[in-house]
Amino acid sequence: MKTLPSVDVVIVGGGWTGLLMAKELGSRTTASVVVLERGGPRKTTDYFNTMDELENYVRLRMIQDFSSETVTLRHNDRQKALPLRQAGTFLPGVGTGGAGEHWGAVCDRMSPDSFELLSKTVEKYGSKRLPEDHAIQDWGVTYDEIEPFYSRVEKLIGASGKAGNINGTKIEGGNVFEGWRSSEYPLPPTKIPYFSALFDDTTKKLGYHPYPSPAATLSAPYVNPDGIARPGCTYCGFCERYGCMIGAKAQPTNTLMPVIAKHKNVSVRNGAWVRRVVFDKTGRNAKSRGVTYVDSGQEFFQPADLVVLASWTLNNTRLLLLSGVGEPYNASTETGTVGRNLTHQVSFSPVLAFFEKPLNRFMGSGAAGVLIGDFSGHVLDHAELPFIRGGTLQAPSHGYGPLGSFGAVPNSVETKWGSAWKKTAIHYYDRAGRLAFQGEHLAYKGNFMDLDPTYTDRNGDPLLRMTLDWRDNDRRMADFAIAKSIEIVRAMGATDFTPSRGLESYDARVYQSSHLQGGTIMGKSPETSVVNPYLQHWQLSNLFILGGSTFPQSSSARPTLAMLALTCRTADAIVDRYLKAPGLLAGS
Amino acid sequence: MDRTIDMRNAKVENGRSKSETVDDVFTTSAPLSVNQEGEKLAFETPCDHLAKQMDRRQFVVISAAVVGGVLLCGLDGSAQRVSAEDRIVHIPLHFFDPDEAATVMAAASRIFPADESGPGAKEAGVVVYIDRHLAGPYGSDGHRYTQPPFESGVRELGYQGKATQAEIYREGLKGLAGFRLLPTAEQDKALTQIESTLFFSLLRQHTIEGMFCDPVHGGNVDMLGWQLLGFPGPRMSNYEDVDKHFGEAFRPDQVRLGGHPGDTEE
Repeated sequence: MKTLPSVDVVIVGGGWTGLLMAKELGSRTTASVVVLERGGPRKTTDYFNTMDELENYVRLRMIQDFSSETVTLRHNDRQKALPLRQAGTFLPGVGTGGAGEHWGAVCDRMSPDSFELLSKTVEKYGSKRLPEDHAIQDWGVTYDEIEPFYSRVEKLIGASGKAGNINGTKIEGGNVFEGWRSSEYPLPPTKIPYFSALFDDTTKKLGYHPYPSPAATLSAPYVNPDGIARPGCTYCGFCERYGCMIGAKAQPTNTLMPVIAKHKNVSVRNGAWVRRVVFDKTGRNAKSRGVTYVDSGQEFFQPADLVVLASWTLNNTRLLLLSGVGEPYNASTETGTVGRNLTHQVSFSPVLAFFEKPLNRFMGSGAAGVLIGDFSGHVLDHAELPFIRGGTLQAPSHGYGPLGSFGAVPNSVETKWGSAWKKTAIHYYDRAGRLAFQGEHLAYKGNFMDLDPTYTDRNGDPLLRMTLDWRDNDRRMADFAIAKSIEIVRAMGATDFTPSRGLESYDARVYQSSHLQGGTIMGKSPETSVVNPYLQHWQLSNLFILGGSTFPQSSSARPTLAMLALTCRTADAIVDRYLKAPGLLAGS
Repeated sequence: MDRTIDMRNAKVENGRSKSETVDDVFTTSAPLSVNQEGEKLAFETPCDHLAKQMDRRQFVVISAAVVGGVLLCGLDGSAQRVSAEDRIVHIPLHFFDPDEAATVMAAASRIFPADESGPGAKEAGVVVYIDRHLAGPYGSDGHRYTQPPFESGVRELGYQGKATQAEIYREGLKGLAGFRLLPTAEQDKALTQIESTLFFSLLRQHTIEGMFCDPVHGGNVDMLGWQLLGFPGPRMSNYEDVDKHFGEAFRPDQVRLGGHPGDTEE
């Protein structure tokens, strides 16, 4: 193994959070920063000729290569876990920018009570409404503490939307159920395509409170506080699972890399596959010393004073487990912390609706659409409902191509091939629309991650094993979303519809979202969390962990904006406090 | 303009000796755009060139449209306009042998037939797409986790088998021996019998992909699949239209990757 010259900061993972930290440290300090990214370099000009549905939507060109590494999955500890041999339920990114390159770019905020879910739920309903085997926790930060950082990252990415609550004043047309905001969105909402506009009209008439999806895709040209100029969206429809060829969709490569490139103290090293965090196990003064990685078959040790893990939910957790940092979570004894509180999101399409008129679904953007927050966890009255919490319902218009959409026909057509099917499928090709529900996934003691005893990655390291299944609270929430969605599409004038069958067992074959969370969660106590509210490791004070792996459970919002906000908060704490006086930033 | 295309005499040939014609004469009316003034290009296509280098002698032979011409794509994705005078296009096979290619062409044509609702899999060159797909990394599991042990588990964990897509096709095609010579009703019966197999689900999926992928991948010849649906392909901007045309079809002309003026009737 070759030992490299030491640096001040090594960051593992060149996606949204890793590169945001690199940008903050690079522009505000003189620290030497190295970002290790196992995938290749990416830049906006790479996307000039990539409006190719087969390559991106079907063959998943932007997604981690599953031949090198995957995860194993089982529904419970009585099953044997098997590898997910092909991508399906979630789509991890790879290369500079990570999943932030191919994301859909909806950037909603979490509701204030999401951050204090345990205490607020008990306060509202008493502890008897909590599922028996729940592992719900408070985050250790409050919405009020995070709000300034939410505002900051909205300006960074040029969020386009309509405020529904500015400093406590409710505003019609925005999300009237959202937490307070200190200011309006930097840009007005994106345009609203027909299907979403139909949903907007209808839900308004039904007494709901629709609002345009907050979008990290620019509704107009914008220059952010770093001086980075990006153009407005053209609604080409090649958005989620694609990189944006004009840079209208905020991506790390178009929003962060141009700033990073100006600072010589930061370098991004592509092709560096990190395998271990190296640390000294000396009790209270334990410190990480750096990381080891492999590049083109050669092993390197990169020493660093500060180590930041920013390599997505699954890999952050796996690196701690592989390295032996902290105690692995044991579900039967409920001891240990690394790997606990694995959550996904109750995200699925409750109904596929067919319409008489064509919808022109090829036009749109990943974040163009309309949402209602009336079924959110903090809005619903659960007194008469068989579940707690909830989610948002969306009429998305992210741009639909034939490979992803062709073939949807009403249930009355029984064949899936041949003349009759073909004729109906052509007729309905542009007359079918799906609603999308995105609900809170509560944390349970039995949903967790550890290392697989059988399967390994291309380096011979054990794969991460996920133990994950739905519980009755999730299933009942989904059934509620289906019933409400049917009412809505009927009112929208659907001539026919196919409802979802609801949640059965967790199905890895169907894309749900890439919003996996947990594993290295934040919290108020080292007994029940891996990092403190500054995302600093409780035992190794020079190790910070960024991203969805630090979320104690999933909210109904898309996680990216909260990840960026928390990264900014940690960056401030490192720059303003830690670098001046290294040590723990929070007590338990 | 005349919107008729004729993919007459589509046949498979094994280089040295021309084999039998495998498809009946077929003519259909379709909402197809063809450039009647299609520029005639040199006939030595990149495909032919590569085929010589690889010393492959097996081709799918498709006659050019008798009106106007068709756009076909070379292996490097470059567009090749074949005008009426060119008559015949040789497309080298990379995975199938000629007999397998004919079977796949026939089966895909039953899954997505040419009929009164428009042209189908044969006309769109679906077999060319599938042949390239299987010869490439996706046919040989280049991006799939293939470490043993291979065990079966609950269905929600997805396909756990060892066989690659290429192997599944090879095996599945053995069961369709003689298929291409059957009358269509018999062909449908044969496909119904294998409907629940992995082979059939792949064939169905790949037929749809070959119908509607960008033409750079070998299928969707002349953007014929997109024209069936009114899908415009990779259009740079819908800014002026995305919030208009509510309740009515907006169907801009098709464009394709690597396209250039003259590719469409614009």
